[in-house]
Amino acid sequence: MTHIALADEDFKDDHHPKTFYGKYVWSLDHKVIAVQYSCTALFVGLVALVLSVLMRLQLGFPDTLGFLSPGVYLQYVTMHGMIMVVYLLTALLLGGFGNYMIPLMLGTRDMVFPTLNMLSFWFYLVSVIVLLASFFVPGGPTGAGWTIYPPQAILEGTPGAGWGIYLMLISLGIFIIAFTMGGLNYITTILQARTHGMTLMRMPLTIWGIFIATILGLFAFPALLVSAIMMMLDATLGTSFFMPAIMSLGEPMDHEGGSPLLFQHLFWFFGHPEVYIVALPAFGMVSDVLSIHARKNIFGYRMMVWAIVIIGGLSFIVWAHHMYVSGMNPYFGFFFATSTLIIAVPTAIKVYNWVLTLWRGNIQLTVPMLFAIGFIFTFTHGGMSGLFLGNVIVDLPLSDTFFVVAHFHMVMGVSPILVLYASIYHWFPLISGKQLHTGMGKLHFWVTFIGAYSIFLPMHYIGIMGVPRRYYALGDASYLPQSVHTLNENITIAVIIVALAQLIFLFNVFWTLRYGPKSERNPWKATSLEWHTPNVPPGHGNWGDKLPVVHRWAYDYSVPGAKEDYIPQHLTDDEVEWDQRPEKREDSE
Amino acid sequence: MTSQSNKPLGYWQKMVVDWSADKETFQVSWGKLMMWIFLVGDTFIFSIFLIAYMKVRMSATAEWPSTSDVFALEMFGVYVPLLLIAIMTFILITSSGTMAMAVNYAYQGKKKVTFWLMMATAFLGLVFVGFQVFEWTKLIVDYGIRPWGNPFGAEQFGAIFFMITGFHGLHVTGGVIYIFVVALKVRRGDYDKRGFQIVEITGLYWHFVDLVWVFIFAFFYLW
Repeated sequence: MTHIALADEDFKDDHHPKTFYGKYVWSLDHKVIAVQYSCTALFVGLVALVLSVLMRLQLGFPDTLGFLSPGVYLQYVTMHGMIMVVYLLTALLLGGFGNYMIPLMLGTRDMVFPTLNMLSFWFYLVSVIVLLASFFVPGGPTGAGWTIYPPQAILEGTPGAGWGIYLMLISLGIFIIAFTMGGLNYITTILQARTHGMTLMRMPLTIWGIFIATILGLFAFPALLVSAIMMMLDATLGTSFFMPAIMSLGEPMDHEGGSPLLFQHLFWFFGHPEVYIVALPAFGMVSDVLSIHARKNIFGYRMMVWAIVIIGGLSFIVWAHHMYVSGMNPYFGFFFATSTLIIAVPTAIKVYNWVLTLWRGNIQLTVPMLFAIGFIFTFTHGGMSGLFLGNVIVDLPLSDTFFVVAHFHMVMGVSPILVLYASIYHWFPLISGKQLHTGMGKLHFWVTFIGAYSIFLPMHYIGIMGVPRRYYALGDASYLPQSVHTLNENITIAVIIVALAQLIFLFNVFWTLRYGPKSERNPWKATSLEWHTPNVPPGHGNWGDKLPVVHRWAYDYSVPGAKEDYIPQHLTDDEVEWDQRPEKREDSE
Repeated sequence: MTSQSNKPLGYWQKMVVDWSADKETFQVSWGKLMMWIFLVGDTFIFSIFLIAYMKVRMSATAEWPSTSDVFALEMFGVYVPLLLIAIMTFILITSSGTMAMAVNYAYQGKKKVTFWLMMATAFLGLVFVGFQVFEWTKLIVDYGIRPWGNPFGAEQFGAIFFMITGFHGLHVTGGVIYIFVVALKVRRGDYDKRGFQIVEITGLYWHFVDLVWVFIFAFFYLW
């Protein structure tokens, strides 16, 4: 069996691009593919952002927008949710940052199968196009909520019941194919193609987060694929997998004996790991940003790794906590509440370790650091409300209220997005060679951070007052005090301000690309490999003639005795400039 | 750190250190590892299909058809239950045998034998798909079973049967094409320099498809 150890080979350029199209369109280079992924994801993310502003306008100032009928409102809710969770966050974190960071942080030249990687992006692009096409078909996109529960998802009365739901299911199917192709690449690259000295326990936490999230994706997406196929058959061929005997618009339908609960189980067997597919890469990236900008090693690296692994494992046995009100054996509720609350343990370990990383650190309040610290706040608050919702008894009255909306937006909306911004500000000098403008960045952060709180904190209160989610308008419900309506208006105004603040970010990106000054090679003085390529931004093949050899973990900041306050991963102890050389450590090479 | 690292490592720690050493975690090539990981993912797909089948069968309101009657085949005027399916299973398992032999000969560098054994595998796969077409035709045309209903009882029977065997049939068809392409490339000499591991990787996929069939067979025909 021939076995190629890539690290020992000289740089053979198999797929060096020759034409413009080969370089920027049909590119095999992981960095170009990552940028393609990211731009596509940010574009659909903007669409979803606009949808959320329209929804909030309806909720805050009912009936001021003429075209927003109840059906259209539901369609916007659905598309906003689905785009944000799957097509923005999953794609940007794994397709974008995963593609960019894995080979650079591990010291390889590219993904192990570049062609598959390219196909992954093109399938993703097709899935996005199919998804957006549903805005233009008769009946519009589906309005069944992002959970697309049958029977209502395919019944006549639901908006987009025909083409809308078909295109949604097809698009998800294509997305799953794209994700599988990318995911196989990420896992194989991380397991097999690391450079010399890069043990698994020396990998930056970014890679650990992406690694475990990809494994979760490979095992969770099959459930979505299967349920999408079955629902597609129900909708087109008239099978009865999920359809019980049911009346639609006053007429009995030709269905019998199906199980709507089966869909919910399948969907959430995918849906809950999906939360961690989004969260784990964010955990990893924020750990790196915090450590670098606090000039201190990450506190409890091993615990951080095991916490990621344990969270990943537990995420497969908690899915039914989304279904407490669906009708379940009470003992199931007991089991799922227990397993859900156990997740709080590794998660709390991570939060404590982030805080302890900051403790007595030499904290640099740069823009990425601001976003990262903001993440600790929003994630802790979102996690706290999760403890309420994880308990069956507390969940029952709160189910399907704005409390739930506030909870998951805090924990898996705002938090990963703050990390994404932290990462974009942090790695932008690496990707483009230019540093984003700090003043605009700080303005962007403060408006976004305070804005996010003024949007989602009142939602907790509104939810406890009993405002249901997904309702087009509240009308004159007598149990709601006037404060609820006032708060709804306030929230909407905050949403508009936060949405406008994102334009600052966009302007910052374009302005910097055009007029920004060239940045330093390693502006944050980071140790991990991606900043130590021969060229910044890294060229094709990443490493020039020889791959780097790794001699230490990624968190050697403020090492006592060293001249600089950081020691890059590829330096041996002899190559480091010491003021006072420490005695030889046992774990160093 | 220092006080701990002098102690000999425990079994668990040794395993972690070993498994997480630098470079390759598994002593196999990239392509082979990727096929294994893909197959684990595919296992999830089929497992979820089969679990969905069990749930659908349990919650169906109408009675489930008697499978030994539906799947019986008339031979010389006698109804033999499970005859067709026994032949199909036999064919598919035989094809696994020819594939395993192809892998063996590929590593010996005997391209011609490898080629013909792979062609035999692909042919047996095609025969299997042909039998499946025959069975589907019998169920649809003769017995009037449709995905949305059947005269024997619960309508989910037809739906789940066609869906899962269809999904498996697509896997077999894909595998036949895959084997065919690889066989042609073996004969053309594409792998002379790189080694013939691709044959083994193809075989992994093919054995997986066979293994899945065993489960489908057990759950659909014997339950």
